[in-house]
Amino acid sequence: MTHQDVPAEPTPSSSGHAGPGRRTTGPADPEAGRADPGAGPADSGTAIGEAAERWRARYAATGERDADFTTLSGEEVAPLYSPLDDPDRDVAGTIGFPGEYPYTRGVYPTMYRGRSWTIRQFSGFGNARETNERYKYLIAHGGGGLSVAFDMPTLMGRDSDDPRSLGEVGHCGVAIDSVADMEVLFSGLPLERLTTSMTISGPAPMLFAMYLVVAERQGADLAHLDGTLQTDIFKEYIAQKEWLFPPQPHLRLTADLMQFCAAEVPKYHPISVSGYHIREAGSTAAQELAFTLADGFAYVELGQRRGLDVDVFGPQLSFFFDAHIDFFEEIAKFRAARRIWARRLRERYGATNPKALQLRFHTQTAGVSLTAQQPDNNVVRTAIEALAAVLGGTQSLHTNALDEVYALPTERAARIALRTQQVLAEETGAGNVIDPLGGSWYVEHLTDVTERRAEELFARIEEMGSGSMLDGVLAGIDRGWFQQHIADAAFAYQQQLEKGEKVIVGVNRHVTDDEPLEILRIPAEVEREQRQALARRRADRDQGAVDAALAKLEAAARGDTNLIPHLVDAARAEATLGEMTVTLKGVFGEYVEPPML
Amino acid sequence: MTDSQGTAPELDEGTAPQLDVGAGAEAGAGAGGPHAASAVSGPMRPSLRPSHGDGRRRRPAPVNELIERVRGGDRRAVARLISLLERGEGGELRTAAEALSASAGQAAVVGLTGAPGVGKSTLASALVALWRREGRTVGVLAVDPSSPYTGGALLGDRVRMQAHALDEGVYIRSMATRGALGGLAWATPQAARVLDAAGCEVILVETVGVGQAEIDVAGLADTTLVVLAPGLGDAVQIAKAGILEVADVLAVNKADREGADRVARDLREMVHLGLPRVPEPGGDRRWSPPVIKLSAGNGKGVDQVAKAIAEHGSHLRSSGELQRRRHARAAREIEEIAVAALRTRLGAVRRGQALDDLAERVLARSLGPYTAADELLRYGEPAPAPVPAATRARG
Amino acid sequence: MADERIRVVVAKPGLDGHDRGVKIVARALRDAGMEVVYTGLHQTPEQIVAAALQEDADAVGLSIHSGAHMTLFPRVLELLREAGAEDVVVFGGGIIPAEDAAALGRQGVAAIFTPGTPTARIVEWVRAAVGGDGPAVAGPVPQGAMTTPDDPPEAAEGRSADPRGTGTPSR
Repeated sequence: MTHQDVPAEPTPSSSGHAGPGRRTTGPADPEAGRADPGAGPADSGTAIGEAAERWRARYAATGERDADFTTLSGEEVAPLYSPLDDPDRDVAGTIGFPGEYPYTRGVYPTMYRGRSWTIRQFSGFGNARETNERYKYLIAHGGGGLSVAFDMPTLMGRDSDDPRSLGEVGHCGVAIDSVADMEVLFSGLPLERLTTSMTISGPAPMLFAMYLVVAERQGADLAHLDGTLQTDIFKEYIAQKEWLFPPQPHLRLTADLMQFCAAEVPKYHPISVSGYHIREAGSTAAQELAFTLADGFAYVELGQRRGLDVDVFGPQLSFFFDAHIDFFEEIAKFRAARRIWARRLRERYGATNPKALQLRFHTQTAGVSLTAQQPDNNVVRTAIEALAAVLGGTQSLHTNALDEVYALPTERAARIALRTQQVLAEETGAGNVIDPLGGSWYVEHLTDVTERRAEELFARIEEMGSGSMLDGVLAGIDRGWFQQHIADAAFAYQQQLEKGEKVIVGVNRHVTDDEPLEILRIPAEVEREQRQALARRRADRDQGAVDAALAKLEAAARGDTNLIPHLVDAARAEATLGEMTVTLKGVFGEYVEPPML
Repeated sequence: MTDSQGTAPELDEGTAPQLDVGAGAEAGAGAGGPHAASAVSGPMRPSLRPSHGDGRRRRPAPVNELIERVRGGDRRAVARLISLLERGEGGELRTAAEALSASAGQAAVVGLTGAPGVGKSTLASALVALWRREGRTVGVLAVDPSSPYTGGALLGDRVRMQAHALDEGVYIRSMATRGALGGLAWATPQAARVLDAAGCEVILVETVGVGQAEIDVAGLADTTLVVLAPGLGDAVQIAKAGILEVADVLAVNKADREGADRVARDLREMVHLGLPRVPEPGGDRRWSPPVIKLSAGNGKGVDQVAKAIAEHGSHLRSSGELQRRRHARAAREIEEIAVAALRTRLGAVRRGQALDDLAERVLARSLGPYTAADELLRYGEPAPAPVPAATRARG
Repeated sequence: MADERIRVVVAKPGLDGHDRGVKIVARALRDAGMEVVYTGLHQTPEQIVAAALQEDADAVGLSIHSGAHMTLFPRVLELLREAGAEDVVVFGGGIIPAEDAAALGRQGVAAIFTPGTPTARIVEWVRAAVGGDGPAVAGPVPQGAMTTPDDPPEAAEGRSADPRGTGTPSR
């Protein structure tokens, strides 16, 4: 789509050369830098062509300073983009209008003019009671939806009194051992009216079962429940490493969830296909995009193989991306994501429901961009990353607190993070115009490049799967293909940092002595109390009912019935998460990842 | 380099640990997946126990003392001795090698090799679990290549075997090739002797099958197991690389994948066609390497592989092939040590200058390479006279 | 001369799965000529110490992001002590606040590296902390090398022969 003409001598022109002798370590797309051809013979003679030549000459005469002008991911970008870039673009077909295929400009026709993005601050720590208080605080201060962060033992399917949980209870999220905890978590918060996102993947089906029981006890109608369960197990194998079983059993559970929600909880989003963790593990923007969408396509194939209709379950898929610090790269990534998803769902998977073609996503600002040094700077980073997410058209947004490098946020830091979004939404006018960067010659170019990079990676994945994304993703996981890419990108970036080619203010430049930061400590009592509460619960419940429910769960797991109802029954009987996990591990086995360094 | 540590308490007990022949109990059908640590049944050989203090790491105990402790099953001594052998300090190496070879030869050495990605580590872990259930003590040497540029190495084979980390009847050691060509570190055979002396009944040597690795492993192992997997290079390519000549057991892993059947079929045909095997004196043509399909990740077929290994072991003993192989191995080792010694001597002639001088003379065409070599072998005696170019007959 | 390599076990104890940092450090140590044993994720302190002992590790590096460092580090130190292996250097990194790092230092953790520490510094620190006969610089090992059981007599004076027999001085 872009011109390939290149001026005879490689000048630092709008044709995008980064300057003589400069190398980058990112993926080199010869087209990227030369995307703006400027002086093609067809252009001279026009006013703009001549202006471009004049500029080019002046640019060359002035010369570039010695710095790195690649994106965070290493993509070369030209000093300038202009109407001469890609004048023959099919605007209607590739950019279009918001709310219409290919949705590059946004999934809704009104975007934030109709409804602002949801402020959804992920939080959870200690026990359910304290977390419940924090939720009420956030809602009172204007937060729009709930987002639950679980502690490490819960994320790994273990109870608070499991020996492996020692020292980890309540530290990076809330400890949930059974329905009793979940009831406290949502006490006074009507699930029927609050969209609730639960950030958990390996044990997602178990936690979802508990959530349903609580909703039921609140008297909610399942058909009204709106929220998101992360569930995405592919990204666990690829990046976050919080799986419970080998891939196939997890996929069976995922398909069970998809089927159950399609039938019983239609407004709920049972999978949030995640790129955030992939990016945080060190991938480039294009890898984040490609691996995430590939995972999404794999879930589509999973659903179709289960006999589900993509027009029905497609709208229930949602996405979760990172918003990193390279402002324009992120905006381009989000726009490319929408376009790619829409096109493939329609052309490859036969979706016709527009809602299935619309890629809706939640964004979190990049945790990995936060520094322990001079943490106040993190407020600035987060604000800019949040702006990128907004200009990229996110549906909901979490902004990190400035102290999240060290620990869970203090109340003050959490408030600043919240206010950041409110300033964006209410003072800056960033949401007044839909896709305001649409048509920017640079942003459209970068969107195209990002899409191209993603397609290259899709081709490799499909090849590993003999044409199937699902098989390709599984094969890639098995071989450590994704993990290797990510580790390589992470290492390459680290080297750039250590050479000073990439800068982190306060870390490798503008370094000062640090002021001590007050951080949130989770007192040891939290773990002790949780274990005591759990012991009481175990004593008080009807053990016979628990055993019966677990036995039924095990039998169902050996067969192929949908496990969700069995999990709900077990949850209702107050079976603990650990008990359900152990029961399923007995059937499904465990998993060790391929060693990939 | 003396140490002032006490001896390990176990050695103070006086009696040698009991040998329970035939006491191996079967473990119950374990719940959990193939990677769950297996139930440990009664040891048939002394198990490897932790030691209590052997002083500062950087001043290891004298070699002979380490060897005694190794024989007593002291795990730390095993670790230290292997490091010492890897270090390759001349005098120590000789002492260790001589002492160890006096008692070596009890363990069954199984070589495991295959291309990256076939699932060797998973299979290795499963085999270890199986042998443990049979009550045998196991040693594992997992060899990975050193970087040719930096000399360092990433040793990741433990990742898939850490389930066995706490099993007293298993000893796992990662080794880097440290510049050796092929798949083994030069110290690997020495390390195997250490594990043997420590009481391991089975020693598994795992290495990445690239280049000459299969040949190296076959030279060390009693039974060589080559693992393949579909989609990572077809069987014909493998045949070209000579793997079939050295494999005693062929395993096609990831049997649930597409193409596995075809790989197995191709291999069986090649075996059936009797492709040439490594010519041994007296040639072992009575063993036909079985081709076994398995899915190590699911735990399926591993027992068949173990059975094939055991059967091969019996075959080796009953046919006399074991003796022949070990004889060849001993001869090879002697030759290698002698050749290396020779190389060192030659390199040191006239303080290393001899070789350079001779090379210059060859380049100046005043001497042919064969004559130069003769001179070197004569330890620096000068050649009689420069030989005119025309009469340099040998090429 | 001997081929001495620094051997480091790097590990992720506990339930946390964030391995970006530990993998970067592993590579950096490898690039500096060290032999790095990676034990994988979700390790118990017992597993890590068992690996350290079997591998004759000079140092153990722990990467912890879950907040459980005040439980996991001390346990590793304790187990090393019980095995008589206090000489193994223990270091680590991850999400560890400064005061906790100080407390761990008093218990015997030799260094805690905060996020943002250049890997070059970690490498140099490990080298210095382990000390001893490690190679001063990372360098290639001569290919095809083999060892002799004896240094030949000619090597006793002047230019020492590489036991691998290539005639070049080892590093």
